[in-house]
Amino acid sequence: MNIHEYQAKDLFRRFKVNTSEGKVFENENDAEEYAKSLGVDEFVVKAQIHAGGRGKAGGVKLVKTPEEVKSTVKQMLGMTLITHQTGPEGKVVNKVYVEKSSTIKKEYYLSLVTDRSTEKNVIIASPEGGVDIEKVAEETPEKLLTQPIDPVVGIQPFHIRKISYFLGLDKEQTKQLSSIISGLYNLYTEMDCALVEVNPLIATNEGEIRALDAKINFDDNAEFRHKEYPELHDPTEEEPLELEAKEWGFSFVKLDGNIGCLVNGAGLAMATMDIIKYHGAEPANFLDVGGGASVEQVTQAFKMILSDDNVKAILVNIFGGIMKCDTIAEGIITAAKEVGIEVPLVVRLEGTNVELGKKMLDDSDLNITTATTMKEAASTVVSLI
Amino acid sequence: MSILVNNDTKLIVQGITGSQGLFHATQCREYGTNVVGGVTPGKGGTQVEGFDVFNSVADARKATGANTSLIFVPAAFAPDAILEAEDAGIELIICITEGIPTNDMVSVKKVIDSSSSILIGPNCPGIITPGQAKVGIMPGYIHKEGRIGIISKSGTLTYEAVWQLTQLGIGQSSCVGIGGDPIIGSTFIDILDLFNKDDDTDGVIMIGEIGGSAEQEAAYWIKDNFKKPVAAFIAGATAPKGKRMGHAGAIVSGSSGSAEEKKTVLESVGIKVSPSPAEMGETLKSLF
Repeated sequence: MNIHEYQAKDLFRRFKVNTSEGKVFENENDAEEYAKSLGVDEFVVKAQIHAGGRGKAGGVKLVKTPEEVKSTVKQMLGMTLITHQTGPEGKVVNKVYVEKSSTIKKEYYLSLVTDRSTEKNVIIASPEGGVDIEKVAEETPEKLLTQPIDPVVGIQPFHIRKISYFLGLDKEQTKQLSSIISGLYNLYTEMDCALVEVNPLIATNEGEIRALDAKINFDDNAEFRHKEYPELHDPTEEEPLELEAKEWGFSFVKLDGNIGCLVNGAGLAMATMDIIKYHGAEPANFLDVGGGASVEQVTQAFKMILSDDNVKAILVNIFGGIMKCDTIAEGIITAAKEVGIEVPLVVRLEGTNVELGKKMLDDSDLNITTATTMKEAASTVVSLI
Repeated sequence: MSILVNNDTKLIVQGITGSQGLFHATQCREYGTNVVGGVTPGKGGTQVEGFDVFNSVADARKATGANTSLIFVPAAFAPDAILEAEDAGIELIICITEGIPTNDMVSVKKVIDSSSSILIGPNCPGIITPGQAKVGIMPGYIHKEGRIGIISKSGTLTYEAVWQLTQLGIGQSSCVGIGGDPIIGSTFIDILDLFNKDDDTDGVIMIGEIGGSAEQEAAYWIKDNFKKPVAAFIAGATAPKGKRMGHAGAIVSGSSGSAEEKKTVLESVGIKVSPSPAEMGETLKSLF
């Protein structure tokens, strides 16, 4: 789960990570008042959406007066920002963040992430900040330092020295870096983050080290122990259908094709998308109903697939382990009765209670093409669109 | 011989009084696995469906000589259950539970690394050695005794591969679901190493998916160490970038971890990658 920059910066302040003074607004008049109260001669106005590349898209502006803050906030609110991370449809700006501007002597990159290879949380640092870090990793990997942190001992002084030398900081800046890194690590572990990224971390002309941007991604699996997650969650940033699916307890991702998919298990669901493409068509969605879906969940899944007008046919691919084939069959029959399935439906069932599931489908009056193998199912559904 | 589970497996189920735990304990027993009991704190001394219930893993191990544990405890308590099994000296710990926070697994993995216990999972279907022992949630009937090993990040896609092999008349030595989470107890390489040393395994199907670099690391390890033929499939070629596809692990950011990149690396070391998920069995067969 992603959160906004302003929320991430609030968390930075709580965990004593140095960042600029600022506040978020939903109307321009309050923003102007706040800018006046800051009493400085330069401000940064930043659109709050869950995507990188805001600067290039016009979502970050540097202005000189509180009046300009007002007009800029007004212009940004309600605008649709299109960046390389939003997709072509872009994202609507509902909140704008205003902060004191900083002088920038040098920009750095600093992040924390869980590294699967070392199986530890790692700090990634680079003297190349404010740019696309994936590009740095690809073109100049020697400019990236990856430091694993042992969960038993946590951050050690040598970690700080190593990163500071790598970034080329002086003695006073190293002290500041030390408190920033300790704060970020505590934030990462205590709040169960999957990513904390500061890009850029800056040195100001005055020698201060400060987080100029802030990005935080939480580990969804840890929601049960964080009452704050739902409070920080912004549902307007998510696809309504994906959000609805989550509430029903399955995973759904909308795609651009015209073959709806209903599958159990993430791996098989991805493989089902792959085989549709292999046979020359495009999947309309990723849908994993999970291990132990109920009849209600399966019915709901069908409704969601059918709510997409692009869908010209549906492929159900179930390999029952925990999931029983008769449950799927009952879900299909219930959904067909409740919503009506007008498009061709190809069903491939295998696994627990497969005979019962097949019999239920055969005994229903539904127009269903059954398939025995995944290959047969995919080629059949593609031939029907 | 096979790997990890066999006729000598003495299994306990942690969380045996829960609905999933009890259902699968019964299924494992029906398959022929020697299920010697279960653990639910506070319910020690009782019985469910003929299984003796113990208060702790240590009690269960002492009374039954259990060497393997299968965990169905909810995510919030599963790390504790894994650590309890390790502390009790259980040799093989298989955690089915999905949704364990990654940070918890970072700590658990640290303990497992310095222990003699082997952890499989979490978020996995378990292990089966056809004809000997089923320690997991997979449907037993799709398997056939034989000499091909399977290693996979995904549950249902593993069943698909097994079924394709069985339809072709090719049996399996052992099938291991290692789980799709970012931090897992045993990696592809750990399991490949076991198959390499197993005289009853002639070849392996490895099933990976987008995200991370475990498949690439396994490919380089295979090149230097593995003596048997390997067929592979990577799921997620059509998954859009930056989207989470169900598994916590299955997310592609930028170029790293894409299906295309993985396939290229696998093929570069001589592994035959199945072009479609429907041809995993055929691809393996073509190697013999």
